[in-house]
Amino acid sequence: MARVVVDVMPKPEILDPQGKAVTGALARLGFAGVSVRQGKRFELEVDGELTDERLADVHRAAETLLANPVIETFQVRVESAERADDQARVEPAEPADDQARVDEPEAAPAGAR
Amino acid sequence: MAPRVGVVTFPGSLDDIDALRAVRLSGGEPVPLWHATDSLEGIEAVILPGGFSYGDYLRCGAIARFAPVMNELIKKADAGLPVLGICNGFQILCEAHLLPGALIRNDVRTFVCKDQDLRIESVDTPWTSAFERGQQINIVLKNGEGGFVADADTLRRLEGEGQVVFRYVNGNPNGSYHDIAGICNERGNVVGLMPHPEHNVDPLTGPTTDGTSVFRSVYGFLSARI
Repeated sequence: MARVVVDVMPKPEILDPQGKAVTGALARLGFAGVSVRQGKRFELEVDGELTDERLADVHRAAETLLANPVIETFQVRVESAERADDQARVEPAEPADDQARVDEPEAAPAGAR
Repeated sequence: MAPRVGVVTFPGSLDDIDALRAVRLSGGEPVPLWHATDSLEGIEAVILPGGFSYGDYLRCGAIARFAPVMNELIKKADAGLPVLGICNGFQILCEAHLLPGALIRNDVRTFVCKDQDLRIESVDTPWTSAFERGQQINIVLKNGEGGFVADADTLRRLEGEGQVVFRYVNGNPNGSYHDIAGICNERGNVVGLMPHPEHNVDPLTGPTTDGTSVFRSVYGFLSARI
């Protein structure tokens, strides 16, 4: 079992009314100087070993259905790939070298109230 | 014999009954089609109606676009079958790549429901041949995601090749690029628009009956073809 994440974002030249609404709400809450574009995140649990073919399938799925390439871009990244020794179930495996992993912040930023 | 016009019902379609009624009132023979099982055998033109197919999940029209009936529809549309997509039907046609561009959330971020002025920009389609070019009509518009977008090249091609069919006038209600309300494919047989001509066919329920000519257009086209 492997978890593959597909991030979908509206293309820069396409208007993003949702992002604009969020940007406006943040400004009203005092979070100045922040501009938001809103996308979607899909988490795919892929059965079995994550071979290159399986990853290519995910790519095709993203292109076919998850994203509309007319207005959106997408990125496919492996979040945790289970190896034959099954370690990944206990601890997320290290991402493969060629799969960039987006670092998550250590903690939620303070000042949310 | 009255032309047989199919109206496809998807899970979540809302305006299929109105579309069937509009076909009947304007002189056609309405044929209800279920998205999962029915074939297009003997159908002379197809309407994809408005609504919220599959709850608008993922993107409007993104899931309906893969309904079983769509495989046959895409083949027949490529062969010249007249197809009209209204509102959600327009979104489905864009998702199916039968029409270029896409429809996104209105720039005003609210659902818009109003009697909308439109200009007929092309009469060279089976769905607009009964209008006059430049004619101004008024048809109800009701949607949350009706903003037509496309890249600059596509817009240039649509404008240059006469593929803009309907344009908003007296105000752009949703941020559509170039005030585009409806377009057609290169061949002209596939037309999509956000406003609802099927709601403007009866003086009892609308300020105009301007929608009737959309349906009469296709009957004229079909009878001339035979």
